[in-house]
Amino acid sequence: MSGDLHDWATPRVSPVRLRPREISFRERAMDRTSPLRQLDWILLIAVSALVSVGGLLIWSATRQHEIALGLDPQAFLKKHIVNAALGLCLGTAAALIDYSALRAYAPIVYGASCLGLLAVLSPLGSTINGAHSWIVLPAGFQIQPSEFAKLAIVVGMAMLLGEKRDGEDAPRDGDVLQVLGLCAVPMVLIMAQPDFGTTMVFIFVILGVLSVAGAPARWIAGLMLAGALAGGLVAPHILKDYQLDRFRVVADPHVAPHGVGYNTQQARIAIGSGGVWGKGLFHGSQTQGRFIPEQQTDFVFTVAGEELGLVGSSGIILMLGIVLWRGLRIATRATDPFGRLVAAGVVSWFAFQSFVNIGMTLGIMPVTGLPLPFVSYGGSSMFANLMAIGLLQNVHLRSSEM
Amino acid sequence: MSDRSRLRIVVLRVVVASILLTLIGRLTYLQVAEGVSYSAAAKQNRIRTVITPAARGQILDDKGRALVTNRTALVVSVTRSIVRASKDRGTAELARLSKIVGLPVKDITTTISPCVYHDPSGKQIPLIPGCWNGSPYQPVPIASYNSEDAAQVKRVLAIAEHQELFPGVTAEYQAVREYPGGTLAAHVLGYLGPLSSDDTGKPKYKDLPSGTEIGRTGVEQVYDDRLRGTLGQDRLLVDKDGSVVGTRGTTTPVAGDNLVLSIDAGVQKVAEKALADGIANIRKQFDKNRGKNFVAPGGAAIVVEVSTGRIVAMASNPTYDPTAFVGHISPKVYASLSNAFGHPLISNAVQGLYAPGSTFKIVSTAAAVKAGYSLGGYYPCPGQFLGKRNFEGESFASLNFTDTLIRSCDTVYYKLAYEQWLKDGKREGVAHPKEYFPKEARIWGFGKKTGIDLPDERVGLITDRAYKKAFWLANKDKGLNYCKGAKTRPKGTYQQQADAEFCADGYALNGGDAMNFAIGQGDVLVTPLQLAMAYSALVNGGTLFHPQLAKGFVSADGRTSTTLPPKVAGHVDTPANVRAYIASALGGVPHPPHGTAKGAYAGFPFGQLQIGGKTGTADVNNKAPTSWFASFAPLDKPKYVTVVMVPEASTGGTTAGPISRKIWDGIYGLEGQKAQLPGGVTPASLPVVRNDGTIGPPGTKVVRPALSPSPSSGPTALGAPGLEWAYRREGS
Repeated sequence: MSGDLHDWATPRVSPVRLRPREISFRERAMDRTSPLRQLDWILLIAVSALVSVGGLLIWSATRQHEIALGLDPQAFLKKHIVNAALGLCLGTAAALIDYSALRAYAPIVYGASCLGLLAVLSPLGSTINGAHSWIVLPAGFQIQPSEFAKLAIVVGMAMLLGEKRDGEDAPRDGDVLQVLGLCAVPMVLIMAQPDFGTTMVFIFVILGVLSVAGAPARWIAGLMLAGALAGGLVAPHILKDYQLDRFRVVADPHVAPHGVGYNTQQARIAIGSGGVWGKGLFHGSQTQGRFIPEQQTDFVFTVAGEELGLVGSSGIILMLGIVLWRGLRIATRATDPFGRLVAAGVVSWFAFQSFVNIGMTLGIMPVTGLPLPFVSYGGSSMFANLMAIGLLQNVHLRSSEM
Repeated sequence: MSDRSRLRIVVLRVVVASILLTLIGRLTYLQVAEGVSYSAAAKQNRIRTVITPAARGQILDDKGRALVTNRTALVVSVTRSIVRASKDRGTAELARLSKIVGLPVKDITTTISPCVYHDPSGKQIPLIPGCWNGSPYQPVPIASYNSEDAAQVKRVLAIAEHQELFPGVTAEYQAVREYPGGTLAAHVLGYLGPLSSDDTGKPKYKDLPSGTEIGRTGVEQVYDDRLRGTLGQDRLLVDKDGSVVGTRGTTTPVAGDNLVLSIDAGVQKVAEKALADGIANIRKQFDKNRGKNFVAPGGAAIVVEVSTGRIVAMASNPTYDPTAFVGHISPKVYASLSNAFGHPLISNAVQGLYAPGSTFKIVSTAAAVKAGYSLGGYYPCPGQFLGKRNFEGESFASLNFTDTLIRSCDTVYYKLAYEQWLKDGKREGVAHPKEYFPKEARIWGFGKKTGIDLPDERVGLITDRAYKKAFWLANKDKGLNYCKGAKTRPKGTYQQQADAEFCADGYALNGGDAMNFAIGQGDVLVTPLQLAMAYSALVNGGTLFHPQLAKGFVSADGRTSTTLPPKVAGHVDTPANVRAYIASALGGVPHPPHGTAKGAYAGFPFGQLQIGGKTGTADVNNKAPTSWFASFAPLDKPKYVTVVMVPEASTGGTTAGPISRKIWDGIYGLEGQKAQLPGGVTPASLPVVRNDGTIGPPGTKVVRPALSPSPSSGPTALGAPGLEWAYRREGS
């Protein structure tokens, strides 16, 4: 009552209150239906943790060498942070983009990465570590188109298989062939680099997406058989000697102690000597002595193994597990086939790539040039990985809306 | 979503889960189960130990004269595993190297070949002598050059300048031993050799990098740890290229102590020359019993200070120049040294075993008195006793022990020993035989090592009934297998008969054995050093010393010095009056009318120095007798014992006696010689290291500057400049 009286007695201070109430950013963000509230925060936290740990490991792996060269010891750390920041923007875009827009952009991304892969093979490309997989740009930037190609085929396959005609549940033989055709172009280009690791990731992603799409089991089995045959019969003829050595080394670590075997042996010494608790960040003798090549990129897991020990490095595997678990959860809960297939593709991609990368440092997989998602240094892979996470969030948001 | 899709996602879940579990499992295996071995591997990768060698101590004589010192040499070494790793197995490289070092390829190959390798079936195949006894992964020195020889150094440094042509070959400056006296006292000093893989396990050589030069024989071996000092170590952190990125701790090298010997270089020189001259002399003389000149393949001469057991001189002939071992020793040189006539690498003084002959009669006399024979009694000395004849058949009605010793009458001892043998139960022996003679021998230190500070000393042989029985049991049907030899050897041959005899009753002590023993013949073998120590005990009041070559140590900076006290091994329980009686009796030996050394000492200035001694002429099957002379002086209060021994060289008075005379002349400065120890006095204190690192004689006054806080130039003080660093991986 008194309020009314008061209202009555007091002249209105401002006309603003007449207008519909302005909703603050905070309120908007906290709204139950807002994208920020709806995000898969567990996924985001796990990815952030991996990117952060990656920064520390990259810092530790490069610090000494940069100091020795008289350069900024944090140079790689800073670039990693920049990569992550740019990746965050790209990922946000991927999370918020409308499906229809995505469908419009997907062919462009696909085409662009195929062109990129072609460019890599042209004189524009450059060879790093035996693989012709880089385009070197001015100002010290490099682009690795094969990273974006992974993203492109995930979206491409999801589009081909996800837009079902009425009443159809599973892809038919024709759909499968279309998918294979779609993937064949970048795969051939990647094999020509030659990048055996990425090719294997492609095969695993195709298998994952086709399976979840519900493709006939005979296709799945046939593809697996073809893959195995390719690995067993064709690969020895196509692969270069150094690539075959990488397989031989897995079987016998003492092959060529100063060649390929050297890397795997040194990697295993680094991880094994870390023990349970590790030697402490910046205190790994193998890491600080630079006994392992490519330690900030492909062999970054050895830094974790040595300096952070079993506790730290299994923590990384655990975080990757959380990412994959959230991805599978998103796939399961996805309300549309397209979203589900994108999620399945991304999960297959990260799962296989993590397995091959960590597996090679542990000596159970051949050495290939695959980075560890989120952790390894490298712009292209960081962008592609974070965009993939953005797509997962996108699917997640769409599922929650319904 | 279709059921099929749902199912497929479950499958994907399972795949993902198994991937993660595989990784975690493998990770745990590597970090927990195998973590320890990988830790070791990481350490080996990362830490490299750089060795800064410590200067090895010098070896000095009692007056501070250097017997062994250091100089810098350019040493060429070859690491076999690296050389052999090239495509042509190193053929071209070794040919290039051969031209530079001027050694045939074959010699280099032999030097670097491992001594034992395993053939494909795993059988060990020993290789030719001169092979490399160490690890194939360690550099083998093949040649060394004087660093002051500019022309040679320039030629050899081509190896260092063109490393691309010589992988696995190094040319580095190293401190090596120098022997200012040449062959002087070689058997006492010994030489150095690289640490081989056999030695690395020994605690004494723990932590030494392979290839380190260690003492191989002589005092260099016995006092290796004191001489060697402590290596300096820089534990460096390296990266994969071997670039140094940090340090994990540094220890500075500590130079080894200088070893002061009781050897007097002057007396040693005199003894070596007298011995060599005496041997050369007797070789010119005709041995009418064997129809050729005396062989005299070598000999030994020892001078002991009786009050301390310290060795003043110890000569062995033939000798060798330890310089041959510096840096490397070529297989050819080593083979020629070890096989040469007289075996120059063997020290006759401590490793030569000979029957002592009549020099042993001091023991037999003491034993006889213990057995109850009167010291003042008279004993018949017939020309022969039970078929065993006196030397040259001489005979006397009866003699007291003084005359027995002066004339060296054997038959007196034959009879005494024979009587004791009868009492002890003849051949078979009673339950507890007295065995006075062998027991007395053991009391005087025979049949066991003297304990001198030299390696590989021989024990000798004292035969008693228990020993014979044990030997018989050990060799009847095993070991030397006499009983088998008795059956299998051709019937009637000397060998077969000897075997049959031994097989039947080899345990039994024959009367002849016992009689021979009493005059130092037959189954009694001694080293010249054992005899010298027994004679020392005779004249020093009955103390049996462990002989010592080391008198003390002086640190490299001269600030600390330690004198080693004499080491007493025991006391001879023979009563003092018996010892005095025997010693006094020996005073007559160098004199006419009957002394066995009267010829050797004819004209000796006894007014200046009275000496006592005993000749020995030990018969050896089919060879000329071993010539001995054990003497001591001054007679009234002896300071030194001198023992001279020359095998296959006529009587004691003929060969050994004159040699000992020259040694006494040298010590005391008689008969126109310079006195090496005037008045027979040895320095009371140790030599002194002056502040500039040079050595001064004992008694040199030095005022030490205050210690500077930094332990700066320990090793350089003794002159090992420009030492190259030696790399070693930790743990290797």
